[in-house]
Amino acid sequence: MTDAQWEALSNQAVAVAGVVYFLALLAHLVEWEALRRIPVEESSSPRKVALLERLGVMLTALACGIHFVALLGRGMAADPNRVPWGNMYEFTLAGSFFVTLLYLVLYRRFSLSWMAPIVVGFVLSTMMLAVVWLYSPVAPLTEALYSPWLVIHVVSAVIATGAFTLGGIASALYLLKDRRERRKPEDQPHTGYLARVPSTTTLDRVSYRLHAFGFPVWTFAVLITGPIWAHEAWSSYWNWDPKEVWAFITWVVYAAYLHARTTAGWRGRNAAIIALIGLATLWFNFIGINFFADSSQHSYAGDAPDVITTEPYSARA
Amino acid sequence: MTQSEGARSRGRASELGVVELLRWTWRQLTSMRTALVLLLLLALAAVPGSVIPQEDVDSLATSRWQDAHPTLTPVYERLGLFSVYDSPWFAAIYLLLMISLVGCIIPRTGVYWRALRARPPRAPRNLTRLPDHTTYESDLEPQAALELAGRVLKERRYRVEAGADAQSSDGAGWVAAERGYLREAGNLLFHLSILVVLVGFAMGSLFGYKGGVIVVVGNGFSNNLTQYDEFVPGSLFREEWMEPFAFDITGFDIEWLTSGRAAGQARKFVSHLTFTEYPGAKEQEYDLRVNHPLSIGGTDIFLIGHGYAPVITIRDGNGDVAYSGPTVFLPTDATFRSFGVVKAPDAQPEQLALEGELYPTFGFEADGIGPYSAFGDALDPVISMTVWTGDLGLDDGVSQSVYVLDTSAAEQVTKEDGSMFRLDLRPGEEAELPDGLGTVSFDGLERWNKIQISRTPGMLVALTGVCLALLGLIGSLYIRPRRVWVRTRRTAGRTIVEVGGLDRSSGGDVAAELDEIVRSMNEHERDGDDEGAEVSRQ
Repeated sequence: MTDAQWEALSNQAVAVAGVVYFLALLAHLVEWEALRRIPVEESSSPRKVALLERLGVMLTALACGIHFVALLGRGMAADPNRVPWGNMYEFTLAGSFFVTLLYLVLYRRFSLSWMAPIVVGFVLSTMMLAVVWLYSPVAPLTEALYSPWLVIHVVSAVIATGAFTLGGIASALYLLKDRRERRKPEDQPHTGYLARVPSTTTLDRVSYRLHAFGFPVWTFAVLITGPIWAHEAWSSYWNWDPKEVWAFITWVVYAAYLHARTTAGWRGRNAAIIALIGLATLWFNFIGINFFADSSQHSYAGDAPDVITTEPYSARA
Repeated sequence: MTQSEGARSRGRASELGVVELLRWTWRQLTSMRTALVLLLLLALAAVPGSVIPQEDVDSLATSRWQDAHPTLTPVYERLGLFSVYDSPWFAAIYLLLMISLVGCIIPRTGVYWRALRARPPRAPRNLTRLPDHTTYESDLEPQAALELAGRVLKERRYRVEAGADAQSSDGAGWVAAERGYLREAGNLLFHLSILVVLVGFAMGSLFGYKGGVIVVVGNGFSNNLTQYDEFVPGSLFREEWMEPFAFDITGFDIEWLTSGRAAGQARKFVSHLTFTEYPGAKEQEYDLRVNHPLSIGGTDIFLIGHGYAPVITIRDGNGDVAYSGPTVFLPTDATFRSFGVVKAPDAQPEQLALEGELYPTFGFEADGIGPYSAFGDALDPVISMTVWTGDLGLDDGVSQSVYVLDTSAAEQVTKEDGSMFRLDLRPGEEAELPDGLGTVSFDGLERWNKIQISRTPGMLVALTGVCLALLGLIGSLYIRPRRVWVRTRRTAGRTIVEVGGLDRSSGGDVAAELDEIVRSMNEHERDGDDEGAEVSRQ
């Protein structure tokens, strides 16, 4: 296959994956709509609902596979072939792919059926945004990006982003459920989405597990592989570049989250709020910084200046 | 006497007050809550540095910003907002955090040391009061069931302690078990490693240096202060630590993409170096590329930029060569349209200077765009310069940038009729200046490389620190410390086995663990594969 064919394949795969995600979302929405009328106490859900749930998950898995083809196509379309995260569009595609993949892998282990509509909805919208706003055709990377660290550094950052995103969803649901329990402690509703979401204790634990997985991976990406690569490419392992600063901020906020979970008075609600702040800094760093701070050496949004074209500087004679 | 006693007791009271205050402050500072607040503060304090240009990161952007915001600049300067990460208030936060960290881990290490050697605590009287517990009936004698529990728990790598209740007559007893001791070790390692990282980082910024130099291809560099264009030393840096290496750039290769989406981009930059580690050492060669620095001793050498240096000769009105040589022009965009200044202070009768641009591949568009560079490669280079004469401001002793022309006391050269005069030259061309000021020739085009040289001691210390921190982190997050107790008692000819567990981390699922323990005990009991159970079976 030629590079152009690979690129066309990738674009088609993105479109098809979008449609399949949408169908999965529909299946889950119909499932939850059906569940709305059934009291939580009724342990056996109707067969129709169980079927819809399974259908939704299977469609998500199918979409995830097609999503992978889209990424593969991007990588193969480049000359020379490379990993498919050289610009914002590809990075967003890869990030949302890992969100789905992590969700599917952990689906059984953490019984994540309650998370299905949110995850699928999130991935679908992220993909849409990427196609509409961030799309850019396949192009060779700038020189500094040709490094084995591109694979290691970015893969770990993207995996951590996926885990933090799922953890953030759990934390957000924790806050919603917690608020409802506080408002009406005596007569809890017996139907509806929030009634079926697991208890706050379980939500808190799932959220913690996901964050506890993401945090070391993030540490590895941001504080080990990042500085090693920065040293090789930019001659200094920590430059206080805006992207680095925000990655550090994210790290500190998530460290605060882990501490908050073991501090009296900060458990539960406050910890969940800190987790969401962490998620906000993470996504701001991922997208926002590229547009707000044009001085970042990480700026791969739009036509980034090549690292090698030196910035004019004022040497004294 | 009463008076002095009173004074003494007052003194003691205030002393006590001070000590208590200190103790209180220390307790507050080292509390988890303070650490948490400090962490959040640290995150918040790091934000301005990513929004406001930083002196150490991008001095040019900083001075531009300062020019654009004359009213804010003095305020920001006082607050240290142009170098947030060196500012006292930023340092205050992380130093407090470090004190809090040390104050936290020292006592915890002591506690951990004692806990490591302690036996698991005896079982609570009523296991069903624990949040996670389970009960089942067994055919075994209470004592045998306890032995079995001990074995199962040991298999699951628990530290096990057995005991009997003093006042019970029916053989009731308990087994206490604990595991996951390494979690706290991981936790302590993680926090200690942060100190190691800080030490490594501090070593780099105190004793290291970072400098840049632009070297025209064909020329050389030797590592001493006078050769640098820019030099940022650490605060305790000493010049004699600079390693006495030298190198020549013998060639520079570059590959321009002429087709495809990235047409106009360049890649595969290679700078060919010959270097000596110290004067008189054997000459070695190295191909310097992006992402592939050259290390000489503790110093690293990087290729971070390139550009063009037109070779320009200025002859003055007397016909003498006032200036000749390659002049570094700085690229202003990706097409390598470059800006440069040539100064000839020795020209007679008056000083001469050129200011203008180089277009590596010249293009011209009439509708207001004017001259531009169509491509980064030097396919059709043209220099287009204006000429200045008069006082260039070089004689008053104030140092001046070689890339900026001070035109305050100089006069732009015009044609005889007063209209604009521009030199537009291709390589090999020469032009005469009006008024017999002299001639200018564009003799050829050379290249320059921007080389960054840095020495960062403590880098390996910092790296080791982070790796240890990661190891400790993994231990502290994934090792699940828990306590499990098993109690047995005899009721109506049956043995009641109670199993209770306590999660000592945050996030462990003890209920599942208890289920597995009970399942394993039931399996052992059913299979009867243990002799102890066999003997005591009724």
